[in-house]
Amino acid sequence: MLLNQFLLLGAVLFCIGVYGVLARKNGVLVLMSIELILNSVNINLVAFGMMGGDEAAVTGQVFALFIITVAAAEVGVGLAIVLLIYRNRTSVDLDEVAEMKG
Amino acid sequence: MIAQNVAFGVLAAAAVIGALRVVTTKNVVHAAMYLVVVLGSIGALFVLLAAEFVAATQLLVYIGAIVVLFLFGVMLTRSKLGRDPELDNDQRGIAAIVALFLAGILGYVLVDYFGDDKLPELADRTAKEISATRGVGPVGDAIFSTYLLPFEVVSVLLLAALVGAIVLARRD
Repeated sequence: MLLNQFLLLGAVLFCIGVYGVLARKNGVLVLMSIELILNSVNINLVAFGMMGGDEAAVTGQVFALFIITVAAAEVGVGLAIVLLIYRNRTSVDLDEVAEMKG
Repeated sequence: MIAQNVAFGVLAAAAVIGALRVVTTKNVVHAAMYLVVVLGSIGALFVLLAAEFVAATQLLVYIGAIVVLFLFGVMLTRSKLGRDPELDNDQRGIAAIVALFLAGILGYVLVDYFGDDKLPELADRTAKEISATRGVGPVGDAIFSTYLLPFEVVSVLLLAALVGAIVLARRD
């Protein structure tokens, strides 16, 4: 297996996640696209870890575990914020949250 | 060798198609289900890369907790179930251009720099030896010795996120 096939897969998933963050209007869907981005980074880390010896492989896995943990925390807080937006406006449309504009 | 490449091809195709459907589907719950497909494929890719503990954690934490959290979010924000034509904003064209441009740059840099580097073959080592040198045991040892400080910091971060989410979302 080439290293590049994993890195290119990570790059493609990252770009699809970027498109999702920019193009989606619903707050929950934006958070889902952010999860795509974080997963692509995890693939990169574990693939690079495998390129080195045993210690590098372990390091790559530890990094990936920490990223999974931080992603879980971020989704929790992000959804709490989306919930608050819904409670104040009865809609999760991010286009309407434009009060600081202009 | 062939089997690994075929497996990679199938999993990568599933991940990319699932990801494309996550960002283009008109149904919020379907987007969460396609996210499950993507996360499951990535977990299987971790197994292909001999990182079983990360794969198990991915399945447990991401699919088992985070996707459930997303579904709760869909339910509690009364998102329109079924087909909802208004899930994309007006910037779809520019977003697609930006994403393609980024993909082009990343692809060119990766192909240019990493070229044909091959991943080291693990086929000549026994499974017991692989899991004794880079399996769950050494990962646990590393977390609690070399990476002890990041581990404790991540624990405090989780506590802060937990308290913060509760404070933000409670009704009073």
